[in-house]
Amino acid sequence: MRRNDTKAAKLLLLLAVLALVAAACSSSGGGDTGDTGDTGGDAGGEMTKVRLQLQWFTQAQFAGYYAALDQGFYADEGLDVEILQGGVDIVPQQVIGSGNAEFAISWVPKALVSREEGIDIVNIGQVFERSGTLEVSWADSGIKEPKDWKGKKVGNWGFGNEFELIAAIRKAGLDPNTDVTLVQQAFDMSALLNDEVDAAEAMIYNEYAQVLETVNPETGALYQPEDLTVIDFNDVGTAMLQDSIWATADYLEANSDVATKFLKASFEGWIWCRDNFDACVQVVLDNAPTLGESHQRWQLNEINGLIWPATNGIGVMNTPLWDQTIEVATSEEILEAAPDSGAFRTDLAEAAIKALEAEGLDVKGDGWTRQEVELKEGGN
Amino acid sequence: MEVVEGTSRRVEGRDASNRSPIPPAFRSLVWFLAILASLVLAWELYKVVGKALEGIVPLPVRPDNKSMPHVWDIVGVLFTRRLPNEPILLVVLLRESLFTFREALIGFAVGTAVGFSLAIAFSQSRLLERAFMPYVVASQTVPLVAIAPIIVIWGAKIGWPVWISVSIISAYLVFFPVAINTLRGLRSPDPTAMELMRSYAAGRRDTLWKVQAPAAMPFIFSALKISATASVVGALVGELPSSLNQGLGRALLSFMYTFITGPEKLFAAILVASLLSMSFVGVIATVEHYVLRNRRGSR
Repeated sequence: MRRNDTKAAKLLLLLAVLALVAAACSSSGGGDTGDTGDTGGDAGGEMTKVRLQLQWFTQAQFAGYYAALDQGFYADEGLDVEILQGGVDIVPQQVIGSGNAEFAISWVPKALVSREEGIDIVNIGQVFERSGTLEVSWADSGIKEPKDWKGKKVGNWGFGNEFELIAAIRKAGLDPNTDVTLVQQAFDMSALLNDEVDAAEAMIYNEYAQVLETVNPETGALYQPEDLTVIDFNDVGTAMLQDSIWATADYLEANSDVATKFLKASFEGWIWCRDNFDACVQVVLDNAPTLGESHQRWQLNEINGLIWPATNGIGVMNTPLWDQTIEVATSEEILEAAPDSGAFRTDLAEAAIKALEAEGLDVKGDGWTRQEVELKEGGN
Repeated sequence: MEVVEGTSRRVEGRDASNRSPIPPAFRSLVWFLAILASLVLAWELYKVVGKALEGIVPLPVRPDNKSMPHVWDIVGVLFTRRLPNEPILLVVLLRESLFTFREALIGFAVGTAVGFSLAIAFSQSRLLERAFMPYVVASQTVPLVAIAPIIVIWGAKIGWPVWISVSIISAYLVFFPVAINTLRGLRSPDPTAMELMRSYAAGRRDTLWKVQAPAAMPFIFSALKISATASVVGALVGELPSSLNQGLGRALLSFMYTFITGPEKLFAAILVASLLSMSFVGVIATVEHYVLRNRRGSR
């Protein structure tokens, strides 16, 4: 019996050690998400802590926010900003709805669907003026415009990313249920590369570039833009507004000054990324995106193209495009009814750009020109 | 590792530790490598044969390099840099693994503690067992992917760091096999031994520690090995709906989304994830070997 006793004791000892190790690990690595907010001046002592929920992984799509953090623009406004990464399972507008972040980046139609479902959120800054969504086909497929989709397998991502496509199908006089086969595609471009679909949804700044970073087995070189045909929903006229900054009405009631500061610093980040392309790409790379330098260069270039030139100054809603978004959303029955006037407000963004203009910054970017970007295999 | 037990048969006490089990351990290593080699061979063979048969026979997976990268490309990508300012991918993934392992380890510790407590409570009272066991079973029928986001959201609301939520998700997977197996182990002693204890007028506590707990050890170790893998799986799944900037689960997810630009990176991350689970199980098996090495002889 004594020996059995010692065995039990040994096991307990093992558990105690495990628990100790666990505790030690947790206290040593405790700074949960690590690298936020240690740059810039923390003068004035009192920093307001806010969290920004992104809708995807770290990449140049969110360069402006990372730049604002890195360059201390947030800190200059007295904000201690934590940037939270996204993913498929993370719905940014629900994250702010449940109080787990103060600000969220979301696409307008998705956010409005959540708003209709009762999450009282407000668009306070429409950062992207153009839609980045494309429907991409192989050049030899003969698909040049939406009506060519008839009888084809048309890929889309679902999860609310398909609205522009469905509207475009209908606009071409086709019935999305009978004239085309809608195929749910994975969040990469394998379906197109494996010819499992005839057309695939792609963001101009991400998945489209991923195709161009892939080796064509027939030529041994990367796929070229000439190998593909692209239908751009901005041209079709069913484009819907995308990346915008949202907060709950409750939060704004008490914190509109914080929101204005947040917008000002974020916009300054985007302006900095427009005017300091290489340095901004480096900021993104420093935050460990999944894909490498050439991909981030491509992405920032295209993102700049979605923002600049900004008709009313960055972040201030271009109302006709909002109306088009609502028009498509209601006619597609994505939304039951047009949202009330509280769905977006421009006063905070206007105050932010006024402050930026006072500092001598160009908030419209009329003179912005594209960079030449060469993609490399695997986006490296 | 379990192979080892047989060798100490009939050897009592201290001698067992001197009879060092190197040959069987070596033998299992050889087996491990042989099976690994044949898996690699099967993978590559499928690619070659598949290429020849493509279009003639329907294949479950495309044999091309986009769907099934060569094994050497998968291993090779571990030694390349993803970004110029980063170390090689292997180091990056090991770092992420360490982060995930911390979550898994806490989940493992919490989960086993809960599992042991439940098992001891149930072993003392049939009533408790009958009342609560259905809920314990029901807890495991809820898909983890469904409750993971809820735990993350609740955790964030309470104000915990996100990794604590991930550890709780991990513990959720861990406690069940521990509770079930430990309970079974606590009930496993020979009835005559229990009767003997009763005739000695031994209390519940003495019976538990001197008869039931030692008898439960083999059951507990099987449970711990299952739980070790479960804790890693739980941590990986728990990271998916989290907004963490770190962790192997997040790395897996991001490589999945960019699959076509580097399929070998996803496979490499999977490789590292399974290595993580295997080393965890290996640690438990080693401890088991030392704790239970005299077991066979005493029976």
